[in-house]
Amino acid sequence: MYATDTQQEADRIMTICNACRYCEGLCAVFPAMEMRRAFTPGDLNYFANLCHACGACYYDCQFSPPHEFSVDVPQTLAKLRGETYQAYAWPRAFAGVFARNGLAISLIAALSVAVFILGFVAANDPSVVFATQTGAGAFYRLMPHNWMVAIFGAAFIYAIVALVMGFRNFWRDIGEPSHPLDDGGSIWQAVKDAASLRYLDGGGMGCMNDSPRPKDGRRHAHHATFYGFMLCFASTCIATLYHYFLGREAPYPWYDLPVVLGTLGGIGLVVGPIGLYIAKRRRDPAMVDHTKTGMDVAFIAMLFLTGLTGLLLLLLRATPAMGILLAVHLGVVFSLFVTMPYGKFVHGIYRFAALVRYAKERRAHEAPPKAAAPAGARPVANPG
Amino acid sequence: MNMASDPNPAPPGEAARPAEHYDVVVIGGGNAALCAANNARRAGRSVVVFEAAPKFYRGGNTRHTRNMRVAHDEPNEVLTGPYHEDEFWDDLLRVTGGQTDEELARYTIAQSKELWDFHTNQGVRFQPSLGGTLSLGRTNAFFLGGGRSMLNALYRTAEDLGVEIFYDAPVVALAIEDGAFLSATVRIGEREFVVRGGALVAAAGGFESNLEWLREYWGPPADNFLIRGTRHNRGSILRMLLDAGVQPIGDPTQCHAVAIDARSPKFDGGIVTRLDCVVFGIVVNRDAERFYDEGEDFWPKRYAIWGRLVAGQPDQIAYILIDQKSITSFMPSVYPPLKADTLAGLAQQLNLDPQKLERTVSEFNAAVRSGNFDSTVLDDCRTEGLTPPKSHWARRIDTPPFYAYPVRPGITFTYLGTRVNREARIIMEGGKPSANMFAAGEIMAGNVLGKGYLAGIGMTIGGVFGRIAGREAAANVRN
Ligand SMILES: Cc1cc2nc3c(=O)[nH]c(=O)nc-3n(C[C@H](O)[C@H](O)[C@H](O)COP(=O)(O)OP(=O)(O)OC[C@H]3O[C@@H](n4cnc5c(N)ncnc54)[C@H](O)[C@@H]3O)c2cc1C
Ligand code: SF4
Ligand code: SF4
Repeated sequence: MYATDTQQEADRIMTICNACRYCEGLCAVFPAMEMRRAFTPGDLNYFANLCHACGACYYDCQFSPPHEFSVDVPQTLAKLRGETYQAYAWPRAFAGVFARNGLAISLIAALSVAVFILGFVAANDPSVVFATQTGAGAFYRLMPHNWMVAIFGAAFIYAIVALVMGFRNFWRDIGEPSHPLDDGGSIWQAVKDAASLRYLDGGGMGCMNDSPRPKDGRRHAHHATFYGFMLCFASTCIATLYHYFLGREAPYPWYDLPVVLGTLGGIGLVVGPIGLYIAKRRRDPAMVDHTKTGMDVAFIAMLFLTGLTGLLLLLLRATPAMGILLAVHLGVVFSLFVTMPYGKFVHGIYRFAALVRYAKERRAHEAPPKAAAPAGARPVANPG
Repeated sequence: MNMASDPNPAPPGEAARPAEHYDVVVIGGGNAALCAANNARRAGRSVVVFEAAPKFYRGGNTRHTRNMRVAHDEPNEVLTGPYHEDEFWDDLLRVTGGQTDEELARYTIAQSKELWDFHTNQGVRFQPSLGGTLSLGRTNAFFLGGGRSMLNALYRTAEDLGVEIFYDAPVVALAIEDGAFLSATVRIGEREFVVRGGALVAAAGGFESNLEWLREYWGPPADNFLIRGTRHNRGSILRMLLDAGVQPIGDPTQCHAVAIDARSPKFDGGIVTRLDCVVFGIVVNRDAERFYDEGEDFWPKRYAIWGRLVAGQPDQIAYILIDQKSITSFMPSVYPPLKADTLAGLAQQLNLDPQKLERTVSEFNAAVRSGNFDSTVLDDCRTEGLTPPKSHWARRIDTPPFYAYPVRPGITFTYLGTRVNREARIIMEGGKPSANMFAAGEIMAGNVLGKGYLAGIGMTIGGVFGRIAGREAAANVRN
């Protein structure tokens, strides 16, 4: 009935969970499951992306391995998530990037850094590349601003289009009939849930990454990474606005908004990924999807490099190293953009979509029934 | 702690070994044992816990639980209304038919009021009642994440307090003299260690997983029982205590038993094997005959009699039959129902005589008096002129596809135990209290539960008496 073994296994496990329901209070996955008696492939894919991998249900489960029921929700949903990333990739031809993700992303990153360095060297006189550049427009002596905007704008727009298409594929697959944007309340709920990583805390006990002793390190590291990323993004946007509307050219002084935001964001992008990497190394292997091909680490590394090269650029922008650093930084950021739709970044998109769906379902579920509930609609259970 | 005083420390690479002496020796690893251990340790005593099960299976039946019944005078963020001691007592009186020690039972109920805080202080967290069990939202506190989560919290606390814990460590002998505990022999790996203790807390569960012992009272039918929880509650400690002159309490045939899916594993199938669809259909035995009123009362009030009912049928097997009308009316269970478009087809899958099954169903259908079906009240859908009757929720079984679930008796826990007083102190034959032996949990539940069951009271008894046993053991260390 299911297309993949992983879906079959997820169905088996969710059937056990639905008969048990002990984990109901831990996160959104179990209440979503309880709204159904049987699961379509889309339902399972939805659960997979709704799961934040907090680990609580693995340690709390009386049926996890070595019990013969062998219920391992975090691992199974992690595997299934990986499969959905491939299935939703746009264009389809690029789905294979997920199959050898670590390798693919490293190659693309290396290539794009090399192209930027070569481009700089080829387009400029060596004396310009390796000289100390200061003052307004210093960066643009190496690469004209319009070029930068054209290249990065194109990469960015490509990423957005590919991500939107992936989102569409997901939304259709989970069988959500309504338009994704037609329910502001649910979207706002999902924004709050995502921004606070509400479901990465085991229902209030904390994330259980390596043992049943909850720790919040992973959640904090994710916050540092995510908000670091957002701050860097905001810094870039503001700088662009400065450029076009105020006619002010980078580099900006250290106290100016783009630099302050970029510095804070850069620190987040250095510290956060380190924390995520440590948590990843420590994670209980029982919960890990061992088929993943370096996808997580590749993404963590890309974010880390983005942060690190950005900070170095800021520190050393008044030295002769600036030229090469700028090329490296731009190369990293470029590859980050173009690989976004084909790496771990997509988890944020699908998880957010799943949270919107969940918020919608909950509202529909909790709304007072229009007609009286059909007789016998309220299942009763023996109380144990 | 006492490891330092061990004259023979384990050579590197060898599994840790217990010290020669602890103030308090706790046998078991569930709710009762850990509550006792943590409380004794908080009183400053050195404490060891010997758990027969491997680490993953620690806490035998506790790991399968979902809630605990507690008296309270005010609602709180989780419990939806007050549940006064008197109401709790009335409920207990009703289910036990008076077979309870009133003084101990009332004391348990009074003490249950403190369990919420006691458990919260050990890191246990609660949530509102689970979907499907809303009827318990006022009386029972549900563990967030279920029993294993609650147990993990107790163990975290024990580790932080410095309780020494040994897994895969069954106690195989007890030295008891004149009703006083001297030492326990524990098997760890290939080796046995004699560990002296100042006081004993016996919290090693009932004897429900000891099929030979069950057979003593039930005869060959016991072979067809399924055990819902741990395979480690074999009653070995109970037996040693009774053999050492401890006064027993409780009827050995009394236990908590429900009808569970016959396809469940022999042990440890847990909560997911339960079936809550009896009230929606009919139940027939191996001879395709009905044998009890399926609609006698609300399911939460009747589920606990069906284990015994099925145990009384030939081959200890029965089949719940429903039709398409009811298939979504109850909590889903772990195994899919058997399904067929005709009753004869279903009978074939169940190895029942098809003609007989058709006759039983048509007799039932003919006796059904239509009314207003409503599963939330004792409705007026019942049979007339049929034995046994179906008093409520009787609807004709006539809409294919037809579904069946095979069921067998599933034993939760046994009630034969050690007599204790309100200090959780074990009472010896002749009525003399032991100097330094205490019991908590299933092993003494029979003091409160002579028969019947009240949802969530197993954990209440374990928590209340575990806590008291820990305190009293700490105060009565003898050597
Ligand atoms: C499926 C299921 C669901 C249940 N749900 C509920 C519920 O929701 N609410 C409720 O109140 N009750 C429930 N119960 C009943 C509840 O589990 C018990 O009443 C309670 O857990 C008993 O606690 P305990 O500490 O006495 O025993 P246990 O938790 O069973 O612990 C006994 C321990 O003793 C150990 N042991 C046995 N022999 C030895 C030995 N010789 N040496 C060392 N260790 C030994 C065992 O390994 C075991 O870990 C349920 C039971 C089952 C099976
Ligand atoms: S993970 Fe285990 S304990 Fe949690 S709902 Fe599923 S089966 Fe129950
Ligand atoms: S790992 Fe955490 S988020 Fe995922 S299903 Fe389990 S409890 Fe929910």
